[in-house]
Amino acid sequence: MPVHRLEIEARPGLSDALAESTARRLRSELAITAAVRTRRVYLLDLDLDDEGAAAVLERLVDPVAEVGALGMLGDPPGPGEESSWFLTIGLRPGVTDSVGRSVRRAVQDILGRDVVGEVYTATVYRLGGIPREDAERAARELLYNPLIERLTIEEGQRALDLSVPRAGAPRTPEVATVGLAGASDAELERISREGMLALSVAEMRAIEAHFAELGRDPSDAELECIAQTWSEHCKHKIFASPIDYTDPSGERRLIEEGLFRATIRGATEAIAAKRLEDQLDPADAPFLVSVFHDNAGVIRFTEADHLVYKVETHNSPSALDPYGGAMTGIVGVNRDTLATGLGADNLTNVWGYCFGPPDYDEALPPGLMHPRRIRDGVHHGVIDGGNQSGLPYSRGFELFDRRYVGKPLVYCGTVGVMPVTSAGRPGEVKVIEPGDLVVMVGGRIGKDGIHGATFSSVELDEDSPVQAVQIGDPITQKMMADFLAEAREAGLCSGLTDNGAGGLSSSVGEMALATGGAEIDLALAPLKYPGLAPWEILISEAQERMTLAVRPAELDALMTLADRREVEVTVLGSFTESGRLVVRHGEAMVCDLDLDFLHDGVPLPTLSARWSPPERALTEESVVAARLADGRAAELLLDLLSAPNVASGEAIARAYDHEVKGLSVIKPWVGVRQDVPSTATVMRVRHGRSEGIVLGEGIHPYYSDIDTEAMAMAAVDEGVRRVLCGGARIDRLAALDNFCWPDPILSAKTPDGEHKLAQLVRCCEGLRAACEAYGVPLVSGKDSMKNDATLGGVKISIPPTLLVSVLGQIEDVRRALDLTPLAAGDRIGVVGETADELGESELARGQGLVLDGVPRTALERCALRYQAFARVRDAGKLRSAHALGRGGLALALAHMTVAGGLGLEVDLDGIAGELSAVRTLFSESTGRIIFTCREEDADTVEAELGEHALQWLGVVGPPSGWLHVRHRLETVLGVGGQVLRRRLQRQGAQR
Amino acid sequence: MSIQDPIQELFAIDRRQAREVRVLVMTGYGLNCEAETLAAFERLGAAAEARHVADVLEGGDDVLSGYQILAFIGGFSFGDHIASGRVYANRVRSRLGDRLGRYIDDGGLALGICNGFQTLVKLGVLPALGRTVGDGLAPQSASLVANERLGYRDAWVRLGFDDASPCVFTRGLGGQTLDLPSRHGEGKLVFADEETLEAVEAAHLIPARYVDDAGEPTEEWPANPNGSAGGAAGLCDPSGRIFGLMPHPEAYLDPENHPHWRAQEAAGELPPVGLGLHILAGGVRAVIDGL
Repeated sequence: MPVHRLEIEARPGLSDALAESTARRLRSELAITAAVRTRRVYLLDLDLDDEGAAAVLERLVDPVAEVGALGMLGDPPGPGEESSWFLTIGLRPGVTDSVGRSVRRAVQDILGRDVVGEVYTATVYRLGGIPREDAERAARELLYNPLIERLTIEEGQRALDLSVPRAGAPRTPEVATVGLAGASDAELERISREGMLALSVAEMRAIEAHFAELGRDPSDAELECIAQTWSEHCKHKIFASPIDYTDPSGERRLIEEGLFRATIRGATEAIAAKRLEDQLDPADAPFLVSVFHDNAGVIRFTEADHLVYKVETHNSPSALDPYGGAMTGIVGVNRDTLATGLGADNLTNVWGYCFGPPDYDEALPPGLMHPRRIRDGVHHGVIDGGNQSGLPYSRGFELFDRRYVGKPLVYCGTVGVMPVTSAGRPGEVKVIEPGDLVVMVGGRIGKDGIHGATFSSVELDEDSPVQAVQIGDPITQKMMADFLAEAREAGLCSGLTDNGAGGLSSSVGEMALATGGAEIDLALAPLKYPGLAPWEILISEAQERMTLAVRPAELDALMTLADRREVEVTVLGSFTESGRLVVRHGEAMVCDLDLDFLHDGVPLPTLSARWSPPERALTEESVVAARLADGRAAELLLDLLSAPNVASGEAIARAYDHEVKGLSVIKPWVGVRQDVPSTATVMRVRHGRSEGIVLGEGIHPYYSDIDTEAMAMAAVDEGVRRVLCGGARIDRLAALDNFCWPDPILSAKTPDGEHKLAQLVRCCEGLRAACEAYGVPLVSGKDSMKNDATLGGVKISIPPTLLVSVLGQIEDVRRALDLTPLAAGDRIGVVGETADELGESELARGQGLVLDGVPRTALERCALRYQAFARVRDAGKLRSAHALGRGGLALALAHMTVAGGLGLEVDLDGIAGELSAVRTLFSESTGRIIFTCREEDADTVEAELGEHALQWLGVVGPPSGWLHVRHRLETVLGVGGQVLRRRLQRQGAQR
Repeated sequence: MSIQDPIQELFAIDRRQAREVRVLVMTGYGLNCEAETLAAFERLGAAAEARHVADVLEGGDDVLSGYQILAFIGGFSFGDHIASGRVYANRVRSRLGDRLGRYIDDGGLALGICNGFQTLVKLGVLPALGRTVGDGLAPQSASLVANERLGYRDAWVRLGFDDASPCVFTRGLGGQTLDLPSRHGEGKLVFADEETLEAVEAAHLIPARYVDDAGEPTEEWPANPNGSAGGAAGLCDPSGRIFGLMPHPEAYLDPENHPHWRAQEAAGELPPVGLGLHILAGGVRAVIDGL
């Protein structure tokens, strides 16, 4: 079959965007100055004749902006280029090539007929004026990822290369049996490890016993299916197991029902009961519509719409292939909302990343990418995934710490809107019945993402599997999402679930619980290429796929619609009442598993946790006093503004669309120049309606070095304060919990497992206490429990990290607030006490100081304070509001100064008490909100908030336009707004 | 009719008349601005209808007749793979080209926003200099290429308008400025040759330009997000009935979409509706006037 090669480049004289950005990155990241040009290569493996290929070329090349050639474009040396290196980078066999897919579509349109075969894409980078070693370094450290790509390097003259990365093998491997009967513990351990099953010996033993009872050994597919279902990723065993907890005094207690039931679910159920008791909701319209049993939690919003919210992490894949891994993270979580109930429509995305420092300059262990490269790839993956899906982002953050060098944390989330009824049925309820068909929708199955679920349940090392990386294809998913919305409105689907972790084994296995069984035939499943073993088809995590339950009577209509929308739909089998998950491949039996064993057979041994407060070598008092002298206040603030955690990320964040849908009200960036990160974001949900959502979050991993309970309370408290500042109703808050933890199970590799598990217990208990005190139910969550990397013999564990994402509601978005002071003469006030709480604060870490005093949250007092705050706010007495968090009062004042462009005149005497000015400015005490109000409203505000640690700080708009802070009659800070802005932007400009 | 109707007051549109204006919003294939585009036309009183491109392509010979405005909306048709709008334009040319040519000949209006603008340019529908009735679609003579400051960027920009332009969508906006969100990576307008550019300028086919704080056309970033020469933000055909622009008027349909709405409100300057509707209103008004 002839292959045709097309090459396209920018017309001479017009800019070559990829070349320019590549040259810039080579210069800034690798200090290589090269003359760069690029070409796009399309290899048409479509059995075309030359005439057809020429016709395709003509219509693919932009006649105004580009030139192209069939075969190769000429390679005349550029001026002054003695040597040019040609780096041709294409994808490895089987890696998702979404551009190739679009080119194939275009070929069919151009030729007006269907074609057989695939299109493969590649990029040629021509690097002039550099030695070979620089060309190789450019490939290795910036342009080429051997896990997913193939590379050729040529000098001077290229040879015509028509080879294509066809994937697959001609023969389908057969189903094998795994001999467990009579195996020793060591053998069971080996089978688990070599098979990438991530099953413990106890779990392998349980499986062995189950099959011994049946009198046979499991098939490879059965063992894989159980491994996926029982994986930490899917089963959350650490949160489900009983825990034996010992506190520092030696006192022991047993958390018998496990952390999830005791704390997370426990909090939400307690809050639901309290809402009922207080009659907060009409009897037939509870706030919590559906929690803890679907792909995402569902809460009540208006009479027409519910809200769905989910945040996921995609850490390990993002470490291996930052772009593809992160893109899969965002489009994957989009599918969670799409597949909740009968399906929701995605409304907006959120993201947040924890990375190693971008200026990390130590040797990296083999197998790790530089944090800067990971960061760049992650951003671009989520940018492309979100933008191409037509979803704005609402929230974004970045935090940096050396311990994230081993594993970055990549949080991606989505808010969805679910019609209360669709096609006459309640939107949140799946209505699957025996006899309904198992229908797979979307992309085809390949080896991508095999063992993703189990892989994320073990630590990262040099042998981490290539296949564990899947690459998302947002455009295929967008077309599928549009199709699913049409199908839902037409009532063509009675339930659906995403094919994410564990692939079909998980999606069909879970949905089978609705009827009590399912039977499918894998030979019917459409494959990307031949040669997949049945177990691979069963657990592949190839993206953009949903499993639907469809009534037989609706099938024809569904197929017709799918055909018109160019979405592939395949019937794989049906739901049954047999109590079994039965999988065949044609005639061959692949898997016949008892559903009860599959879902409830995993042994949950009691885990051991032991809490001992960490001993920290505090910095000497004299050093602290010198560093934090009040005379250094301005210097300390300017340093802080350029710190990676604080500096404006606006430059890169603007590459994420935040306006599409035309619903935005308070955007991620606010102020006169729109360059200050907003406290919370607000958006409408439907055009022509006034109701909106308010989003904010809290994350304080550094506090976990002192106490995870304080960390959890601070995270909930900050998330809640943020959305309250934006205008959220206090009686309609909901939160998500995302735990990213280092392995907390005691073992030879993790000798401090008991401590890490105790940190988890304290975190969960702090989370429960805060959520209950504030009346904020946890409606969805996720845990990622093995965030360690052992590379080159060095173990790097992340700090325990809890992200709390808060979803608020506002009845009329025209009442929303942001942090921007609106008018000179307005009063500035703050509620909440400021204490000497600088331990692991942004200031302390930036100055290299180990201090005591992590922020402690007085939950009951805060809850009352926020009620009062909401009353004043709803009475229209406040004109701006901002939550004090990382960087404390100092950063909040800087943000307000830059945002308003009016200057602030502040006196610290009221709030400082005994504290020094610097400690007052940079303390990260929780529970505090800063606001502005009209002078004439100050008395009313004081009457309401006077009992809630209200302090007046000063006024907006000194004649200087500066941020001007006084303490005990002395000026401690005087900085112009432009200086503050430049400092905030400094880091951003270097990105 | 109430005198307080902001649509009448701001845009001189009688909503009863606007009901007769039929707008087709084509969706699917990764396009994604259908909801706000529909909402914007509906707010003006027009009868807007969303249809999947596939259903339009497979429609009958008269699938476009009966509509007075075609909206080529924003988004990422086919992921902008190969180049923005390329795959979509090829598909429309192959499978809707004749009908689209006749629609234009019959005096139909079309508005292309962002990806829709890129598509119209790559279809040859813009600027289509020298095209005459019965010609079908003209060859491509302009393009939209990568922004000079590379990469996609979402930020608000300010537009100024040319009153001498035949463009019906911007008619009456001369001397005013309009703030709109801009969200693209490939928005720099280039022409096949100098002659094309000169002819475009001579015929005033660039109705909208990015302007600086002083209201003057600018090539300076960030006021001009892509580096288009002369600050060109949009392009129309010689009839003025076909118009494309990079910024998104449909995403400023509520006053609260504006980044400074709270300050505007505090100053008593908050408009009653989003002012991006001006652009769409121009088209609706032109249809009403021609009815």
